[in-house]
Amino acid sequence: MTELLITKNNMKKVTLITALLCFSFGIFGQKHITRTGTIQFFSETDIENIEAINNQVSSVIDAENGEIAFSLLMKAFTFEKALMQEHFNEKYVESEKFPKAKFKGKIVNFSSAELSENPKEYTIKGSLTIHGVTREIEEKISLSKTNSNHIIGTSTFIAIPEDYEIKIPSIVRGNISKTIEIKVKMDYEKMD
Amino acid sequence: MKKWIKTICILCISTSTLQAQDDLLDMLEETEEPVTNYTIATFKSTRLVSGHSVETNGEGVLQYLIGHRFGRLNSGWRDLFGIDNATIRMGFEYGLTDNINIGIGRSSFQKTYDGTVKWKFLRQKSGAKNFPFTATIVSNIYADSREWANPDRINYFSSRLNFNHSLLIARKFGDFFSLQLMPTVIHRNLVKTVEDKNTIYAIGIGTSFRLSGSLRLNAEYHYIPPGQIASKIGGEDVQNSFSIGVDLETGGHVFQLHLTNSRGMTERYLVGETTGNWFKGDIHFGFNVSRVFTVKKPKEFK
Repeated sequence: MTELLITKNNMKKVTLITALLCFSFGIFGQKHITRTGTIQFFSETDIENIEAINNQVSSVIDAENGEIAFSLLMKAFTFEKALMQEHFNEKYVESEKFPKAKFKGKIVNFSSAELSENPKEYTIKGSLTIHGVTREIEEKISLSKTNSNHIIGTSTFIAIPEDYEIKIPSIVRGNISKTIEIKVKMDYEKMD
Repeated sequence: MKKWIKTICILCISTSTLQAQDDLLDMLEETEEPVTNYTIATFKSTRLVSGHSVETNGEGVLQYLIGHRFGRLNSGWRDLFGIDNATIRMGFEYGLTDNINIGIGRSSFQKTYDGTVKWKFLRQKSGAKNFPFTATIVSNIYADSREWANPDRINYFSSRLNFNHSLLIARKFGDFFSLQLMPTVIHRNLVKTVEDKNTIYAIGIGTSFRLSGSLRLNAEYHYIPPGQIASKIGGEDVQNSFSIGVDLETGGHVFQLHLTNSRGMTERYLVGETTGNWFKGDIHFGFNVSRVFTVKKPKEFK
């Protein structure tokens, strides 16, 4: 009976330690966040150039371990031509069905102590989800740190619509490039 | 006992680091402000077939609209089943804002000029804010520029004018089906007889089925409750207007091909000036071509 009591007491301690440990990971993870990141994409063909901008990209970096995540709404992309925006959302990326694009991954060999005002190039690895299709990607990201302790991240890479099962109707296939250049620019603030 | 604690600690650490990766994306999404999702592309064009749909051109977008209605299919081979007797309407519409459009146009049928103001004042939306339908009010004024039928009497300019106000209420159900109701008022300053009402009330219904990404099937019907129109036009009774057609979209163009019993291409002709009888084969083949130009770019592209 006494033994059981002691065990119960110990159990409490264990729970406490566990809770504290779990908590500590939440609190001491140095997270940097933005809600106003910019992602642009470009399609260039002989017939026309198409460009779209999304200024409402959310992203977070865990400076402790280099983990990184992005989330954006497809409908938040603005096009030069309103009709293009409608076609993009309605027919190509099907924003009603797949409202978001997401990325989660890790910056390889990341160390927050290394960051300086001079941008340094890292490899970023992870899974990118567009149009409900998830693919493992590996791209370059350039990171720097400002005086005010912001982390600036930029990246340019190529995505292929076909890889994400985005179907372009034959009638406009000449107008839309097979490879889309994507430019990412993030200005992360330290999270409170 | 110590082993026990150790195991739990290790488990705890490993799960918490494992979780951290998932958590990062989850955390990001959980802390996002809820957004309002506005329904897009209830219809493909600013027109169902001949009448207005709830859609408006975006801010800074100029739409050039050209429509043809040929003669009746039952007019026989000598007129090439109506092809010889085409009427045309050309028009421009411009988006002052995403929801307010103004427009001008001219129909060769009755040599009529028209002016349009269109305001989409409610939008179907879901998410942070919910609303079940889109509502647009459209007002048209028409000026008939033909020579006076009776030049000997005193004719007033106001006799050339006709007016239309329609309330358009539409809902997109899922991805493939849209429905629109359009209570309509037509006011005619000059009518033939005292039995003809100057103001005609009608109710319209329109629909659009998406057949594939770029192809839709549309239909439009206007019902005029009896007792409002007495006079015949060209010896024929006035009919309710029914039109059916397809939308074909190619980049910046929308082509609409249709069959209709209405000769004219504005609300005024649909309600009160339609004399074709579908059952007798008084059917007009017609098409609209719409092309949009971005006159003013969005602020991100200046």
